[in-house]
Amino acid sequence: MTSLLEAHGLTKEFTTGSFFLRKKTVALENFGMAILAEKPTIIAVAGESGSGKTTLARLLLGMIRPTEGEILYQGKSLTQMSGSEWRIFRREVQAIFQDPFEVYNPFYKVDHVLTTPVAKFHLADSKTATRELIESAVRAVGLRPEETLGRYPHQLSGGQRQRVMIARALVLKPRIILADEPVSMVDASLRATILESLLKLKRERGISILYITHDLTTAYQLSDKITVLYQGRVVEVGDVDLVIKQPKHPYTQLLVNSIPLPNPKSRWGGGAITQTTEEQVSRPNQGCRFANRCPSRMPKCLESSPPLFRIDPNRGAACWLYSQLPATEPDKMLESTPVSGSTN
Amino acid sequence: MSDAILQVKDLRVYYHTGSGCVRAVEGVSFNLTKGKRLGLVGESGSGKSTTALALMRLLNPPGRIEGGQILLGAVDLTKLSDEEMRQVRFSQVSMIPQGAMNSLNPVMRIREQFVDTMEAHDQRLAKKEADAKVHDLLGQVGLRREVARMYPHELSGGMKQRVCVALSITLRPKLIIADEPTSALDVVVQRQVMETLGQVQAVLGAAVILVGHDMGLMAQFVDRLGVMYAGRMVEVGPVEDIFREPLHPYSQMLIESLPSLEGKHQFKGIPGVSPSLLNPPPGCAFHPRCRMAVARCSSEMPPLQEIQPGHWTSCHLVEVRT
Amino acid sequence: MNTESKTQTRRLRFPNLDLTLVVGISLLLTVLLFGLIGPSFFDPKTTNVGAFPPRLPPSNDHWLGTDSQGRDVMAALTYATPQTLKIGVLAGIIGLGIGVILGLVSGYFSGIVDTVIRTTTDVLNTIPGIALLVVIATMMRMMSVELMAMIIAALAWRYPARAVRAQTLTLRERAYVQVARLNGMGGLEIIVKEVLPNLLPYIAGSFVATVSQATLSSIGLEALGLGPQNTLTLGMMIYWAQYYSAILRNMWWWWAPPIVVIVLIFVGLFFVSSGLDQMVNTRLRRTE
Repeated sequence: MTSLLEAHGLTKEFTTGSFFLRKKTVALENFGMAILAEKPTIIAVAGESGSGKTTLARLLLGMIRPTEGEILYQGKSLTQMSGSEWRIFRREVQAIFQDPFEVYNPFYKVDHVLTTPVAKFHLADSKTATRELIESAVRAVGLRPEETLGRYPHQLSGGQRQRVMIARALVLKPRIILADEPVSMVDASLRATILESLLKLKRERGISILYITHDLTTAYQLSDKITVLYQGRVVEVGDVDLVIKQPKHPYTQLLVNSIPLPNPKSRWGGGAITQTTEEQVSRPNQGCRFANRCPSRMPKCLESSPPLFRIDPNRGAACWLYSQLPATEPDKMLESTPVSGSTN
Repeated sequence: MSDAILQVKDLRVYYHTGSGCVRAVEGVSFNLTKGKRLGLVGESGSGKSTTALALMRLLNPPGRIEGGQILLGAVDLTKLSDEEMRQVRFSQVSMIPQGAMNSLNPVMRIREQFVDTMEAHDQRLAKKEADAKVHDLLGQVGLRREVARMYPHELSGGMKQRVCVALSITLRPKLIIADEPTSALDVVVQRQVMETLGQVQAVLGAAVILVGHDMGLMAQFVDRLGVMYAGRMVEVGPVEDIFREPLHPYSQMLIESLPSLEGKHQFKGIPGVSPSLLNPPPGCAFHPRCRMAVARCSSEMPPLQEIQPGHWTSCHLVEVRT
Repeated sequence: MNTESKTQTRRLRFPNLDLTLVVGISLLLTVLLFGLIGPSFFDPKTTNVGAFPPRLPPSNDHWLGTDSQGRDVMAALTYATPQTLKIGVLAGIIGLGIGVILGLVSGYFSGIVDTVIRTTTDVLNTIPGIALLVVIATMMRMMSVELMAMIIAALAWRYPARAVRAQTLTLRERAYVQVARLNGMGGLEIIVKEVLPNLLPYIAGSFVATVSQATLSSIGLEALGLGPQNTLTLGMMIYWAQYYSAILRNMWWWWAPPIVVIVLIFVGLFFVSSGLDQMVNTRLRRTE
């Protein structure tokens, strides 16, 4: 099994402030992940704001460097790649961002975002070939070239703009697409269409997708595996069916219970969740980051941070409640080993 | 309908822009009973936020209320003068606007924001009484008394939003309008804020209008739901009825498109694009995207009809049931 | 917003054009025509020293009389105006050009490059321009119009560099710049193709400001006597007028006309800048 994209012990710290009053924020700590070449997978990275998911995206795209840990593409560390290896990485690992308006330079028509990669990566050798290439990419996402190309971004709807961005990613024939909240700023009626096209990318083109979101329901719908982040740390990871339907980490349980289900018959119960303790605004903790909100808090939780414990063959949670189980690493939980029921 | 606290009849709000007349709200009608919760749900461009602003007479030019009535009790809000409306605002009808937490004055302590609101409505209390009232309001939304002395930037998003909820009930209004109150909040905090709003409303006996686009949130919170599309109310009725048996094709497709935890890989979007409000399609605004459209739908605008008691919809293909 | 109704009343038939802008452009065009076409009506020799009897008040032969050195003032005015404009525009273009390049480079590539450029700019920004200009100008043996433009340009880039850097810092974080990187574009390419086009509105407005500032500096230097002694510019006319005590001698036809032209230039520049500002802002408001 050859690895495509891997991350080990990925940590990113940001220092802010001036000479004398430096403040260190740990945005991401000890993150791990593995996407294998033979098995296209969709992995969800779920977390609220402040969980570190944006930082993760920027690290995996090579836009910022980790403080600790490494990212390997096809076995080669990003920081040690040659120029040509980097070009390959740049082409094969693409992204779709959250805001379908901000991603377009208002100065240019939307074609610009499609023709640029063709030119920069030499994907076509003539103007007609370029035109054909971008037209077929646009059709592949369910849009019509004559209605979409040649227009300025503000002349298209949010859903159309987002789909053109997917077309842009497709033109490069990537192997991995990082989708950072691709539908959160799109109308509800269009979300399903866009998510479906992401699923088709995996099925029809063998592209693995990293779906970064705060919406557990769409994460469940779309992905095979899921990592739940809380304040930069992996709290639960593994098969999406196990994590969402039978969450083991108290934070995951809290998240799943808070989902507003579109079913008036099953309303939010009066759970223990409505403690009126306010979310602490970043209080550095020696121990588990979630301890001060956790209903199952033990003294140990305030002293040291739990490692990931292997609760099922395909699921782990970082909680001292499971300390009797063997410890493991997040990337091992995400290796795409087939499990009965969750093929393709 | 003696306990109908709000009756909106055929409300029209148009924006007269340089490029033409944008019909943001085109004949919206609904009623709200005292102490009940109504949801106005729709996507961008549906007119739900404009409706909320119109109810508070907070529209900015070139937007104007072109027609219709807004009856709060017996008083038609559209006919009040600016000064009379100012009296009504916050004391009878209050609002938690979109992005409310960013509308807290950053240089005033929380306590001052409350005092400000009270003084604007000629309620000047002695310092001790004012403090007591502020602490009481904060307590109702589950915040500690110490919050009164803090500045907005010292609070988290959820806390700020709860302050906004408390501000909205300061003068004990009969109606609270919440316009996407939780849109920037995490799922966990969202639940806390909504439950807080529910508790506060129950204590006060006030009615609530929740404006938003999250059907899940609506299902969890409201009693009655109004579905809006292209400035029109396409279906309104008890929330369980609408989810169980949506009558309007748009409501049906919208509910079908909602992701659920029941099964994987089920994606059913609504094809097409939302209509332009400058040049809306003739007849029923949804007909270009409707899977059941017939010839009549493109020429005649369907009226809002009561299909079952309390459950209205505007669709040519739905018959009144006896 | 209440400002909507205000801008409505100032619009003309073209929805984009603002009245202030139109007035400003008209003023500038008038001065420009005066300076470009005016000289063709007058023989350049009439602007030489000793061409006519000095200190003659306005008459049919000399519409604005003659100055203390025997020049026909009207003719001198038409020849001086284009020279002043030339200095201002030349210094403005060069200064802005340098400022934009430095601002873009230092804003986009942080690190050492940014630190060096920024520190230099900041240090130079703290020194009052006139003081520097005076020092440099006094060191020059010979002064010409082109040389003046160079000297002023050498300082005119300071403010734009800082302002463009600030804009570049924000634009650099825009999502479309991230997309450009994913598309394989390199740093310099991104600066030119993605960032620069979005700076154009700012640059357009800044151009007007830079030209104004440059013109003002040149007139200031000239009035102090540091200008090109052998060429007539508006500032030099004021210098000579003051040198020969034109005010005391009540020779209003000598000291007043250059001032009028200068005022027209500045009011025109101000209206253009204000009108452009309105246009850019209303367009921004409409896309919200």
